[in-house]
Amino acid sequence: MREFGTLLRRDMAIMWRRRGQAVQPMLFALMVCVLFPLSQGSEPSSLAASAGAVIWVAHLLASLLVLDDLYRSDFEDGSLEQLLLSPIPLPLVIASKITVHWFSTALPMLLITPLLSALLFLPGGLLPVLMLGLWLGSLLMCLIGAVMAALTLGVPRSGLLLALLALPMYVPVLVFGAGSVWAAAQGLPWLGGIWLLCAGLVLLLVVAPLAAASALRLALS
Amino acid sequence: MNKILLWFNQTGSPERFDSFAARWSSPAFVVASAFMLIGLYGALLVVPADYKQGESFRILYIHVPAAWMSLMIFVIMAIQSAIALIWRIKLCELIAMASAPIGAVFTAITLITGAVWGKPTWGTWWTWDPRLTSELVLLFLYLAVIGLYNAIEDRRAAGRAAGFLCLVGVVNVPIVHFAVTWWNTLHQGETIRLIGPSKMDGSMLWPLLVMVIATKLWYIGSVLARTRALNLEQESGKHWAQQRYGEQA
Repeated sequence: MREFGTLLRRDMAIMWRRRGQAVQPMLFALMVCVLFPLSQGSEPSSLAASAGAVIWVAHLLASLLVLDDLYRSDFEDGSLEQLLLSPIPLPLVIASKITVHWFSTALPMLLITPLLSALLFLPGGLLPVLMLGLWLGSLLMCLIGAVMAALTLGVPRSGLLLALLALPMYVPVLVFGAGSVWAAAQGLPWLGGIWLLCAGLVLLLVVAPLAAASALRLALS
Repeated sequence: MNKILLWFNQTGSPERFDSFAARWSSPAFVVASAFMLIGLYGALLVVPADYKQGESFRILYIHVPAAWMSLMIFVIMAIQSAIALIWRIKLCELIAMASAPIGAVFTAITLITGAVWGKPTWGTWWTWDPRLTSELVLLFLYLAVIGLYNAIEDRRAAGRAAGFLCLVGVVNVPIVHFAVTWWNTLHQGETIRLIGPSKMDGSMLWPLLVMVIATKLWYIGSVLARTRALNLEQESGKHWAQQRYGEQA
């Protein structure tokens, strides 16, 4: 566990030096959300109807774009291989990377979500449901993405391929996450989807670092 | 070592597999085609029209076997990949990868025949129903496996990475299978059961069973031919391949 702390401090320090990059996924999600009023017409009622779905998709796309950064810089400067050879269990290394990745990409996006929902006229009562779903969903997407990013690490210019791999896996997260917002908007019980996300999160917190570790070993062997 | 184990071990070698596949793939295709002709004849001409759907229900004799194959092939790919990853048997890796395009085509057939049937029956080509959506995701997974396999230069590394993706993606198979049970959907529930009575009349059932056998045999023929091609591609530098298919032979 001490190694995990050290690793986490290292990854956090690297993240802090590059804190400017955290703005990018935020800006991207904002721009995607701006595209909708421009393409769909700025009628508040029609925007409000699709606001939850649009914000979910914006989050999903932004997290997809930054997914490749999860291992890429460590892979390119060789430190990932050193970590692979070190006696620290690889799943712990990956757990630290996922944690930092979530803090540096998903958290900023979560922070501007209230702004996004205001831009798209999301009914006020839905914001807590949306935030709760996104909070769980962004963790899930980081965990799933860590496995997929590990698989494509050996492929040069893997951006599009990674998206093709990760998107089918993100579908359940989107279905239950955006579904809970939709259900809440209809006045239906919305907790079902949230509980399923929680269940998935518990499962993946255990399984995903292990799976990502074996995928990483496959990709780098 | 008993005979069956010995047979598996011997056929697992690239050289022996090549002769095995060369010998059995064409017969499998021939028998599959014969079954398919009988099944289609029964489905299109013998079986009475459905009392509710009329003639349009006949497409199920293609739709249902293809759908079962789309699920079965993914499970086979996952099992073969697991064997390949654990025991490093190269042939299993090739079988998994050779199965991917076949499974993708069966999935596409399922979706297309479903859409063609859905238009007159449901009044729409497509609906965002859990069964249909999860089957579409299955198609994406097949394509992702094929894409990943083709993207990595080193064939062995590509096979391992794509095989791992099969293992991860196989979670979708139970979702497709149980989608009609878990959610209230437009797609009908289970009609055919392995255990217990089916909800389909015997006079309508037999062409379906014939078609199921036909698609399985077609898959066997196809996977043998495709694996053989992949196998030869990777073994082209080896002595036995040179001797068997080289210039002088």
